[in-house]
Amino acid sequence: MDFGLSKKHEMARNLFKEFAENEVKPLAQDVDETEQFPKETVAKMAKNGFLGIPIPKEYGGQGCDPLTYVMCVEELSKVCGTTGVIVSAHTSLCCDPIQTYGTEEQKQKYLVPLAKGEKLGAFGLTEPGAGTDAQGQQTKAVLDGDEWVLNGSKCFITNGKEADIYIIIAVTGKVEKRGRMQKEISAFIVEKGTPGFTFGTKEKKMGIRGSSTYELIFTDCRIPKDNLLGQKGKGFNIAMHTLDGGRIGIAAQALGLAEGALDATVAYVKERKQFGRSISAFQNTQFQLADMATKVQAAQMLVYRAAMAKATQKSYSVEAAMAKLCAAEVAMEVTTKAVQLHGGYGYIREYDVERMMRDAKITEIYEGTSEVQRMVISSNLLK
Amino acid sequence: MKIVVCVKQVPDTKGGVKFNPDGTLDRAAMLTIMNPDDKAGLEAALRLKDQYGAEVTVITMGLPKAEDVLREAMAMGADKGILVTDRVLGGADTWATSTTLAGAIRNLEYDLIITGRQAIDGDTAQVGPQISEHLNIPVISYAEDIKIEGDSVIVQRQYEDRYHVVKAKMPCLITALAELNEPRYMTPGGIFDACDAEITTWGRANLVDVDDSNLGLKGSPTKIAKASDKVRKGAGEKVVPDSPEEAVSYIMDKLTTKHVI
Repeated sequence: MDFGLSKKHEMARNLFKEFAENEVKPLAQDVDETEQFPKETVAKMAKNGFLGIPIPKEYGGQGCDPLTYVMCVEELSKVCGTTGVIVSAHTSLCCDPIQTYGTEEQKQKYLVPLAKGEKLGAFGLTEPGAGTDAQGQQTKAVLDGDEWVLNGSKCFITNGKEADIYIIIAVTGKVEKRGRMQKEISAFIVEKGTPGFTFGTKEKKMGIRGSSTYELIFTDCRIPKDNLLGQKGKGFNIAMHTLDGGRIGIAAQALGLAEGALDATVAYVKERKQFGRSISAFQNTQFQLADMATKVQAAQMLVYRAAMAKATQKSYSVEAAMAKLCAAEVAMEVTTKAVQLHGGYGYIREYDVERMMRDAKITEIYEGTSEVQRMVISSNLLK
Repeated sequence: MKIVVCVKQVPDTKGGVKFNPDGTLDRAAMLTIMNPDDKAGLEAALRLKDQYGAEVTVITMGLPKAEDVLREAMAMGADKGILVTDRVLGGADTWATSTTLAGAIRNLEYDLIITGRQAIDGDTAQVGPQISEHLNIPVISYAEDIKIEGDSVIVQRQYEDRYHVVKAKMPCLITALAELNEPRYMTPGGIFDACDAEITTWGRANLVDVDDSNLGLKGSPTKIAKASDKVRKGAGEKVVPDSPEEAVSYIMDKLTTKHVI
């Protein structure tokens, strides 16, 4: 068992770190304050290949592995949680399902520009009445001649208004399963600008405030028959498999936030003086930091292991769930402690840890709450 | 067009600097980066490649770990990497280094050789021009801008209070300034390819038209009497005042006490 990084991964980490420090960190506070989507940063990331890291070269990607992609989201999130989730949602929730389930035509038409960063991707599963319970879906797709007609809405969609290509989950009928009638769910590729596809309100959020979170509305939105992704009726499996990958991305975002908060706190406690001593001289500070660093390290191991599992295993649901559960809870705990160790300054917006604590909370909620991760892990134990 | 770019792995000035007993740098013990002027030279070569089409070969002389700087260059877009490494080449000054690099470059076809103006560890600015002398080709130093016109290169050359526009027939050598451009980042896919790529390694035996008396420490006329790290300033005093007014009055007090104002 080798815990060291390969030369490739070491170089890639240095690249992401340098990019994050130079291009992302200087904007992070402003992106949060103004709730502006960092378009210029996304353009720079596209130019440098960050939007297609694990996608094969023949489809316009960089041909790297999930671990490299995870380290990218981690390093970006260390300095800006918003930027981290833009890459994660695009790569894991849009590129990945097209790569996994798309036809060759769909890959050429959609995956290539996505992986090159010419187009940005998003994923629509959640609805006002259907989050964790995917069976509660109300959005419908009805085949009419050569077109699917979509009606319904999706909410809390990351990269909402900024994306160009969307994976949309919708009900396409009813099927009998184990003697009960259940909704038949399918997945579709929808392009921005399709008549009948509009945007609702922009959500005002606690954290990741620069990320574009919108409601998507479909009113008699007609898309080509060929834009069905995967087989009809397999949408639930596609969504769940997609979320397995997505959870690794969010786990990396959470990990990055925790690491960023830890780094900021280590620097701060050496500078801050109370009672004539640097607060790093107090045992409480030392013990808090020790706990924070240990938990961050444990989370990193789980996140990297999940990334490795995605590269080598057919199923990695449990690894992804454990990584996300652990990293998200560590992110919340470490960022909260970071604010505490910063004292009053930690509560002030000028200090990065204040933003990191707000950004961390969402990692316990989206792409499956911590409770859902526990369900995934325990159901595997008790099956 | 074929472009050869000379790069050097130098100590990262953010890390500590360590010396061998003979006064030369202990390169094995230090964190390293690609020399900033060389990186600008590489970027200039890659831009010429983007614009006109070119094959870019990076070459470095150094310890085996100097291979890292070649892989970095290849991850940015260079096509080939050549490492010149041999025990007999160790301890080289600028003369022995330029002799070695010229001896290696004689194996290659080139229209343009680009080097950095100078390396941050030695600051001599001698190696580039010396290579051009060994190879008997023109040199244009301190390039701020590079254009190609037919079989010639037109370079804007930095001068103290003005710039010169110099035209030379290729093949020629250009030394680049860090101010020349903003070097691109590596790409993730470029890193993966660069790590899988073969690096050509050359030793003494591969050097063409070179006399042993001009190589390594023995072939270096420069003798280092003493070397030391830059004198570092004290940590200073860090003050976090509660208000701008308090900050101003604090600074005013200090300046008054020291009779600056």
